[in-house]
Amino acid sequence: MYVAVKGGERAIENAHAWLAEERRGDRSVVELSVAQIREQLSLAVNRVMAEGSLYDPDLAALAVKQSRGDLIEAIFLIRAYRTTLPRLGASCAVATEAMACDRRISATFKDVPGGQILGPTFDYTHRLLDFKLAAEGETVSAPTREAEPAKVPHVTGFLNREGLIEEAPHDDTPPPDLTREPLEMPAERSLRLQALTRADEGFTLGLAYSTQRGYGRNHAFVGELRIGTVAVEMDIPELGFAVEIGEIILTECETVNQFTGSKTEPPQFTRGYGLVFGQTERKAISMALVDRALRWEELGEDNVGAPAQDAEFVLYHADNIQATGFLEHIKLPHYVDFQSELELVRKLRRDAGAEQIQEAAE
Amino acid sequence: MKTATDDTKERKAWMSLMAKAPERRIPELLDGAITRPHFNWLRVPEVGSVMVRGRSGGKGAPFNLGEMTVTRCALRLETGEVGHAYVQGRSKADAEAAALVDALMQTDFREKLRGQVLAPLEAEQSEARKVRAEKAAATKVDFFTMVRGED
Repeated sequence: MYVAVKGGERAIENAHAWLAEERRGDRSVVELSVAQIREQLSLAVNRVMAEGSLYDPDLAALAVKQSRGDLIEAIFLIRAYRTTLPRLGASCAVATEAMACDRRISATFKDVPGGQILGPTFDYTHRLLDFKLAAEGETVSAPTREAEPAKVPHVTGFLNREGLIEEAPHDDTPPPDLTREPLEMPAERSLRLQALTRADEGFTLGLAYSTQRGYGRNHAFVGELRIGTVAVEMDIPELGFAVEIGEIILTECETVNQFTGSKTEPPQFTRGYGLVFGQTERKAISMALVDRALRWEELGEDNVGAPAQDAEFVLYHADNIQATGFLEHIKLPHYVDFQSELELVRKLRRDAGAEQIQEAAE
Repeated sequence: MKTATDDTKERKAWMSLMAKAPERRIPELLDGAITRPHFNWLRVPEVGSVMVRGRSGGKGAPFNLGEMTVTRCALRLETGEVGHAYVQGRSKADAEAAALVDALMQTDFREKLRGQVLAPLEAEQSEARKVRAEKAAATKVDFFTMVRGED
């Protein structure tokens, strides 16, 4: 138990002043601007938006600066800010099939309509440190090629046509919202997806990896991975129609998973789904794998006892702000608690000692 | 003849355009075009969030993806026209300018604002989209099948 304590105000103030100074670092080095962080550390900014669960690149960049690059601390700042905002409404579901794709690849179909678009990827780089970046060299501008205004359809649609993949039936039930109602088990898929999209990247990655290594293996292929811009539309009650209220960058991953059939379903491919704010493909792929693993029950698969199949374990431990809040609170003063523990251990030792003397005497 | 649906469609288009404008761009274009008329607030600018939704599998049941910041306001011109704004981000000045344009688009300033505010916004946004699409197109893979070694 944490017990409030008084005193130490001066020490706290001074600690915070020193924190501010350390955050600034060596004053002979130019200070980072929020715009520089937003533009040049954009993948850190994207992670903060995704796990902070608030799409606002400027705020996320500010949080990265304030937290000295500690991304979980930055996510904490965004989550705290988020709670101060009045909720103006909920958007219509975003149309990811209409995404203006920066990147779109399929690991299952070579000649996919719309083409394989690599986009600004780290794939195929040699992972060698580039010392030119340390020398502040000029960057080359990206080559361009005439773009056909063709639609880029979802890859899983092609499998759907043959009936080889499970359908994702259209549904307009308003989804549960774990920011309004506490997350409770059993959690339906829409609630699981909300929890996963804001889940810690490292935790989600580790779980996804565990399914690949055999803990609840489900043979995932990346049917499609796409990154790009989508418009967000919302119904405006005072107008009586929907308008776009902005646009956001999303990463979407659909996995196609082998499925040999079950008591209720024929052999077919099944799907896992990942959709995450920003350019966040490691997270989106991880989300899709974990989503698929958690679907064992509705697909009539066996629960092999794998961690990634255990919804309660996954969802209750995936939120890094909850986790860090509970973890880090143990460093705060627990003097009273500890005092009583100390008393208890002393008493146990006294009793044990008394017994020994007793035994020796006997 | 124009129908009510056409009007709605047009209004939806300009509101959507302004919602996505870069910060400070709408006030800049508006003030370059006209002197702002007097108005009364119906709803003062308010920064809030909208819960963005996705669909499982891209087309199945909806789920909550996370929120985005949005600023909204509503105002009435002295001539009676009501303007609404919902713009992305946290700029109250942008929301105010967008609501003014929305209201003024229902007045005789329509053509002037179409030419000096909406047209430049549209051109800038479509140029930005085009440049990105062209960079993406340059990274499109042209596969060719290798001849396999075995006979």
